[in-house]
Amino acid sequence: MPSLNDYLVLSAILFAIGTAGVFVRRNLITILLSIEIMLNAVNLTFVAFGRALGSADGQIIVFFVMTVAAAEAAVGLAIVISLFRHKESLNPDTFTELKW
Amino acid sequence: MGLFYLFAAVSVLASLLVIAQRNPIYSVLLLIASFGALSGLYVLLDAPFVAVIQIIVYAGAIMVLFLFVVMLLNAPHEETEYDERVHPLLRPGPMRFGGLLAIALVLELVWALTKGGESGPFANGAVSSVATIGRLLFTEYAFAFEVTSVLILAAMVGAVVLARREEWR
Repeated sequence: MPSLNDYLVLSAILFAIGTAGVFVRRNLITILLSIEIMLNAVNLTFVAFGRALGSADGQIIVFFVMTVAAAEAAVGLAIVISLFRHKESLNPDTFTELKW
Repeated sequence: MGLFYLFAAVSVLASLLVIAQRNPIYSVLLLIASFGALSGLYVLLDAPFVAVIQIIVYAGAIMVLFLFVVMLLNAPHEETEYDERVHPLLRPGPMRFGGLLAIALVLELVWALTKGGESGPFANGAVSSVATIGRLLFTEYAFAFEVTSVLILAAMVGAVVLARREEWR
């Protein structure tokens, strides 16, 4: 049987992959996808700890995290659409109007 | 044991390929594969409710939303010549630094977790019943549950306002 540590290590690897995606990629949609990877890594941690403690709270927090992720995806993608209409680009380096 | 490593390998590989793909459509589809593997891991953790909403809500709703936007915008590639020519890890400055930072993060986390002592297999007494989770959601977490509905409403209104055309301004 895999232990709690195995799940935590897997979750750490997934979270680092998501972090690398946010830093390395220059495409707004891929950056949002990387954020989803990070959220899922945290979800896995919650469920693994809930299982280790014999508690349902981990699964309930995952339910709320998914709701927030859905709201974040909806608003984030709407912003991406609106940005794309202005500049015809998905590269975050093109949106520099607020830069002084 | 074997199933855990199978699902873990699939989810890590699919997530790595999400980052490595140039075409966002492939990224979204690979992320759905990764979520499928994670759903299998939730089943191994005796959490069938989370496994099912992972598939239905995440893979079924959120990722389809992403897929819609990718196809709507019809901009499959990262724009500039520079991005096409240079591999992300070979770029100068903050981008490569970000990659190194992520590698350092995973090394640190794995080191800390393996130093923390060995944890044995899980004890008995998993809460896997959907009835228990539902009862908790509507009693102890009732306030958070109701607040979530307001959050979803706000997100819905925000998305509609942000994504509509400019004419009315």
